[in-house]
Amino acid sequence: MALKQYKEVLINPLVKENPITLQILGICSALAVTSNLNVTLIMCVALTSVVSLSNLFISIIRNYIPSSVRIIVQMTIIATLVILVDELLKAYDYETSKKLSVFVGLIITNCIVMGRAEAFAMKEKPFVSFLDGLGNGIGYSIILIGVAFIRELFGAGSLFGIPIFGEWYPTNNLLLLPPSSFIIIGLFIWLIRGYNNDQIEEDEFDLSKHSVTPNLEKRELNV
Amino acid sequence: MFEHYLNIFINTVFIENIALSLFLGMCTFLAISKKIDAAFGLGIAVIVVCAITVPLNNLIYNYVLREGALTWAGLPNTNLEFVELISYIGVIAAAVQILEMFLDRYIPALYNALGVFLPLITVNCAILGASLFMVEKDLMFTESIAYGLGAGFGWAMAIVILAGIREKLKYSDIPEGLKGLGMTFIIVGLMSFGFMSFGGISL
Amino acid sequence: MNETVLKTLGVTLVVCLLCSLFVSFTAVSLRDQQNTNKLNDKRIKILEAANLYDDSKSIEEQFRNLEIRFLDFDTGNVFSEYKDFDLDNYDQLKSLRFPDQSKPVPADKDIAIIKNRENIGKIYFSKKDNEIDKLILPIRGYGLWGTLYGYIAIENDFNTVVGIEFYEHKETPGLGGEVDNPNWKDIWVGKKIYKTGDVQLQVIKGAVDQNMDDSIYMVDGLSGATLTSKGVSNMIQYWFSDSGYLKLLENLDYGS
Repeated sequence: MALKQYKEVLINPLVKENPITLQILGICSALAVTSNLNVTLIMCVALTSVVSLSNLFISIIRNYIPSSVRIIVQMTIIATLVILVDELLKAYDYETSKKLSVFVGLIITNCIVMGRAEAFAMKEKPFVSFLDGLGNGIGYSIILIGVAFIRELFGAGSLFGIPIFGEWYPTNNLLLLPPSSFIIIGLFIWLIRGYNNDQIEEDEFDLSKHSVTPNLEKRELNV
Repeated sequence: MFEHYLNIFINTVFIENIALSLFLGMCTFLAISKKIDAAFGLGIAVIVVCAITVPLNNLIYNYVLREGALTWAGLPNTNLEFVELISYIGVIAAAVQILEMFLDRYIPALYNALGVFLPLITVNCAILGASLFMVEKDLMFTESIAYGLGAGFGWAMAIVILAGIREKLKYSDIPEGLKGLGMTFIIVGLMSFGFMSFGGISL
Repeated sequence: MNETVLKTLGVTLVVCLLCSLFVSFTAVSLRDQQNTNKLNDKRIKILEAANLYDDSKSIEEQFRNLEIRFLDFDTGNVFSEYKDFDLDNYDQLKSLRFPDQSKPVPADKDIAIIKNRENIGKIYFSKKDNEIDKLILPIRGYGLWGTLYGYIAIENDFNTVVGIEFYEHKETPGLGGEVDNPNWKDIWVGKKIYKTGDVQLQVIKGAVDQNMDDSIYMVDGLSGATLTSKGVSNMIQYWFSDSGYLKLLENLDYGS
């Protein structure tokens, strides 16, 4: 397989086909863990390793999985990896694992992992699948870290718990509250779609003519 | 005594709403909320599955997994909590499958209505999340029934409200890039701010 | 063919076996480390509350210097042995599940909203030259999203706060979660609890005016977290009342 394809598989999910903003996958755990960069980073590492490794293993045995039990086989492999991550965290970074509480376990049902396994790893060779998992994991991480960066910097005025703005900055309580991450992700989507116009969703129906302001540019072209 | 269970129920529906306060089950929450009908169907399915799996997982936790739970089998020092995740997800997958077959055989009308949503539910983190929070709260079996019902009901309510808002949204003039998903995110954010005002009420 | 029954069973069996081997292996090999973490986490908080923690020394060794005792809440008496309870492993929060080991708190007295209080508590003394130097007491109470669990340490005048630490809470990070902020915890040091026999110490709204008469009984509120601040206030109020540690403190005061 060509090097170019490897690159594409790895790079595409970062922004263009980002799992969170385009594929609506894996938002579940994305929101509750973004108030603090430290915790977010650990979560990102956990998810990225689970999704890339599960893609790898599932792809290795893809030709042996009977289709009638494929979901449960995938689930077993994913759950094993998640338990592994959970146990490791509890053993070596107890503080963070306490803060993440049930959200590590919820990686099992994170649709990114399941979605990539089903859509990519079941069809492609192991190494490419691994890269695809890695790419999607990083794509997820970019959004998460972006949200956490904004929330911690403008919310608490600090990064990684270290004060940046100093005393004069009053904490922005709105940003510290978890729901603000929805709004930030919404704005991210706007930003990404501003560049990738093809991602803009069509209206489900057209507004009738008179309610739309006339498009001057088009009129000139028509002349 | 009844009051106690009612408290747990109300608490899970409003104060600790699975979707809007704990942000679980977001993928399906955002994906299947374009139409009220579909949202309603999925909501009912989540209530049913939650109400079955949470008490079931409670039994498994209390009589098999937790430290000292196997005393009845003569193994007082066993702690199987590390297989927690995999057993819950197994129970959920099995329960969904059995429910599907049961409905297909005995209540075909309901099966036709819920059919497409049931398989989706296995990977809905609201269900697994409800079980995990049940363990964290250390609920008794009867309490877990109220908790499971409340968790499902809260999620269903949230998705129906969101679908209602999104149906109206069709008539509004939204900037190009925000159309669809972007706007939905912002609305869910605002809804969830609304639900935060229930915080601090202690029942 | 991929679809024979035998093959389906075979594959699932192999996958399950491999996965379970993997999971059990990690779980068993990491268990000791995890248990130590869990234990140390609480021990560090206990030591930190009394301002005794030194991270260059082993936690176990530092913790061994503390004297652990049972406390009968109803009489305020202290025991080193109680029934067949094991002093090191006794968990007072677990006893809340048994009606014979705990009592429901009457609604009018339950300001901290803890619902049940254990009959037997577990408290920690730090001693110097065989005299009580500091006393570390577990406290808990409801904040905004759930119960906060922590420790408060007091001097041997049984009135001055040495420090406060929370080891578990669900407050909003950045707002109520600031109960973990070292700057805020520092404010507690040196505050007095009782004024002429009543619990006076409280978390107020906004910052404390240091020139005020009673500023020694007041702690700055957490900004944006009125209910968490109120919760901590109520917690202090409850645990130092006579359903909490008041009887113990009186007993100790009359010559220990």
